[in-house]
Amino acid sequence: MNVNVTVNGARRSAEAEPRTLLVDFIRTTLGLTGTHIGCDTSSCGACTVLLDGRPVKSCTLLAAQADGRNLSTVEGLADGATLHPVQEAFHTEHGLQCGFCTPGMMMVAAALLEENPNPSEEEVRWAISGNICRCTGYMNIVKAIRRAAELGVEVHSEPVSAPAAGVA
Amino acid sequence: MFPAAFDYSAPATLDEALRLLHERGEDAKVLAGGQSLIPLLKLRFATPALVVDIGRIEGLDGIGRDDGTLHIRARTRHADVEKATELRGSLDVLLDAAPQISDPLIRNQGTVGGSLCHADPAGDWGAVMLALGAELEARTATASRRVPVTGLFDGPFATTLRPEELVTDVIIPMPTGLAGGTYLKLERKVGDFATVGVAVHVELSGDGRIGRAGIGLCAVGPTSLKATDAEKALVGQEPSDGIIAEAARLAAAHCQPVADQRGSVEYKRDVVRVFVQRGLHTAIDRARGGAA
Repeated sequence: MNVNVTVNGARRSAEAEPRTLLVDFIRTTLGLTGTHIGCDTSSCGACTVLLDGRPVKSCTLLAAQADGRNLSTVEGLADGATLHPVQEAFHTEHGLQCGFCTPGMMMVAAALLEENPNPSEEEVRWAISGNICRCTGYMNIVKAIRRAAELGVEVHSEPVSAPAAGVA
Repeated sequence: MFPAAFDYSAPATLDEALRLLHERGEDAKVLAGGQSLIPLLKLRFATPALVVDIGRIEGLDGIGRDDGTLHIRARTRHADVEKATELRGSLDVLLDAAPQISDPLIRNQGTVGGSLCHADPAGDWGAVMLALGAELEARTATASRRVPVTGLFDGPFATTLRPEELVTDVIIPMPTGLAGGTYLKLERKVGDFATVGVAVHVELSGDGRIGRAGIGLCAVGPTSLKATDAEKALVGQEPSDGIIAEAARLAAAHCQPVADQRGSVEYKRDVVRVFVQRGLHTAIDRARGGAA
């Protein structure tokens, strides 16, 4: 089947088997390898992308389910050479150790700050509760997300559509 | 890890989806949010010939009210129940349960109807809907019927729904008087299945007695369970520590836990007792408008 998606503002279209998982479609078919495969069992959140603005686990979606919808991946965060505030803050606050969970953490953080520009520590911890850092570097991840809130998040990507917009 | 090959259809209308289910019967599997089905497909525990994705049918999500009932449309996401704060004070148990389901990412994609139809004995919504006395609206190409959640579960991961039926709504009676409830869940970490889940919903009569009591249990039996003996012990009674303790004892006696890595039979049974007791106190306090 043909799958049409808007990824980081660009329209992309490709053939995919119905059983193709969204994460494989993003990484292998679209060549966007910033999204990671961690546990592959919807436990770890390394594969988090935004589907119509909402963070979801792309290892537990079919590419077919994203047909006609908007995707944001970590590659879409920076605006050219200018880092997204979340990226800037992960850099300055040392919000990563091995870096494997980082794309998922940053996508959750970006979505959180869109919805809640000034989250409390508890709200940050709650928001990343579906994302596991295997280095257990949560202290600095939380600090980075709160720092990003101070920097202020500007919308770089296409405006996200309403959550209900799934109609092809 | 990827699923075995299947045919895929994403009908744009409910009629088309129902026609496909009618034609394909047991060969077809309905995909709502996919947060339970896709893991099963990936593990190849489920190998349907056809996946019918209902994600593109308009009007299958949202929460609405209608002559004394609350309608949660089947494809409503857990996260959307979490945000329905207008239900505080009438259906507290829904608002307390929603944020305890899995993790925030799963709640953005998983659906209430999908979760109920998946019939996981540890599924949180099963316990909640049993406590609330909910019914499901099940449609086929030619008919529709109401299925009380008390008659839905037919064993672990099995329901009494027929292959050609599609659940479109979860229908919950709105409380008529003072109401309170809560959901208590013991889990090892965020995103884990419940070791024990207890849903409580209480309505008080004008004279302060317990008019309605609903207690649902999950992860402590082959299906979610309704603690009917405990409910009966409460109805018509003046709320008291004694009657609450008795109901908690009856609920603990009613459940059928099995020992696993999450705990022994005795431990789980005692958690049920403690949670029912705690949950009833909270529910009654809330119904009286006291401290939550």
